[in-house]
Amino acid sequence: MQDEPKPAEILAAVAAFLREEVQPHLKGNTAFQLRVAINALELVRRECGITVEQGAHENALLAKVLAMEGETMTLTGELARRIAARQIDPFAPDVAACLWTITEAKLEVDQPTYGGLTRARAKLAVAEKEMDR
Amino acid sequence: MTSTSTDNLCIPIEDSALARIAGALVAGGGEVRNLRRLSGGASQETWAFELVAAADGLTHRLILRRAPGGTFQHSTAAGLEIEAAIIRTMAANGIPVPEVRHVLDPDDGLGRGFVTSHVDGETIARRVLRDATFTAVRPALPALFGQVLAGIHGSPTAGLPELRLTCLGATLDLLRNEVRALSTPRPVFEVAIRWLEDHVLPDVPPVLVHGDFRLGNLIIADDGIAAVLDWELVHLGDPMEDLAWLCATPWRFGNVDQPVAGLGAREDLFAAYEAAGGTVDRARVRWWDVASALRWGVNCAAMTPLFRDGTDPSVERAMIARRASENEIDLLRLIYLGD
Repeated sequence: MQDEPKPAEILAAVAAFLREEVQPHLKGNTAFQLRVAINALELVRRECGITVEQGAHENALLAKVLAMEGETMTLTGELARRIAARQIDPFAPDVAACLWTITEAKLEVDQPTYGGLTRARAKLAVAEKEMDR
Repeated sequence: MTSTSTDNLCIPIEDSALARIAGALVAGGGEVRNLRRLSGGASQETWAFELVAAADGLTHRLILRRAPGGTFQHSTAAGLEIEAAIIRTMAANGIPVPEVRHVLDPDDGLGRGFVTSHVDGETIARRVLRDATFTAVRPALPALFGQVLAGIHGSPTAGLPELRLTCLGATLDLLRNEVRALSTPRPVFEVAIRWLEDHVLPDVPPVLVHGDFRLGNLIIADDGIAAVLDWELVHLGDPMEDLAWLCATPWRFGNVDQPVAGLGAREDLFAAYEAAGGTVDRARVRWWDVASALRWGVNCAAMTPLFRDGTDPSVERAMIARRASENEIDLLRLIYLGD
């Protein structure tokens, strides 16, 4: 089905309505639970915003390190299995890069402002700079 | 997850049931007033109330901790009676803890649990990290944590109730099983398992480990640590587990660049720990750093089936499950960048 406005746009409007019109009337545990619910809507909104290209990029990265093709979930399962079975080296540069990319992509949906993500990116930038030297 | 709601498990307590144990709490008994459920604690209920002593009219502020619904106990929990016994031992050893006033007996009709004195101070991490009340004490806290942890770890283990023994190998086996039982594949968790396997260290003589020593489980006053709470995960094991857990990224509560509870540098914690008689083994701390991030990640990820099967269909439960990816990025940082 394709029509407008898009799901992400509608979700943004619902989240804004709850935050601006409903939140001020609540207190205590209900206010807390509403904040959690608004965060949930925002998470789904971000997930709706993932483009076909982004999904294909992630799939291609996995397919490349595994030298096989398949659904992203199947490939993710295969990567986990091979790491556990010690059939792939997670420290090989392309495997490491793949793991970082798929994890950062999850964070972009789940918690883009997570402090641990900021710190990880800052430390990674430092490490890469040192490697260039 | 200090804010986790467990209202679905909450069975109200009658004032009259508490009144029955009033005589055990204060000589001559008294009147129960202002009984209320405190927020927080997914695996234990915490209730606050006041007892006005019949003898002298003095008001005693008290806290009841009990199993959810009166009886539920998590598999890794030590058990409330053991928790109470440990708290009493810690008090005798000079560790700041609330005074245990009464351990519930089945005849009390209140389930399993214990009553302690109320301790003034703050447990909410964000307030400790940000409120002006704690500005002066904040820089001193990492060292105070080190001092108290050295005291806990240095406690004689002879005479303690029987406790779970958690060595590195058993921890690794448990984590591996939990990762494999998750409802979705997680390659980063498998990398962590592999790293832990490759870096496992020989066991050390086990000491008393608190098991959940972090902001949220500590009452902080404007002049220091008023009480160490939440002894439900107390066990025997490697003392470095507590040092690593205190520094785990989620327990920095947003202040990610301050490793010790979002408050300061590891060096302050370690120096005070050693000054108070402990010995820091950096390689072991690092092993537990990775194990801690994986532990918390597995806990988050394991929420998904509880959400799906209706055990806890709350939005909050779903959102906690979605925090597993936070632990994945933390694990990548720890393992690939040694941070």
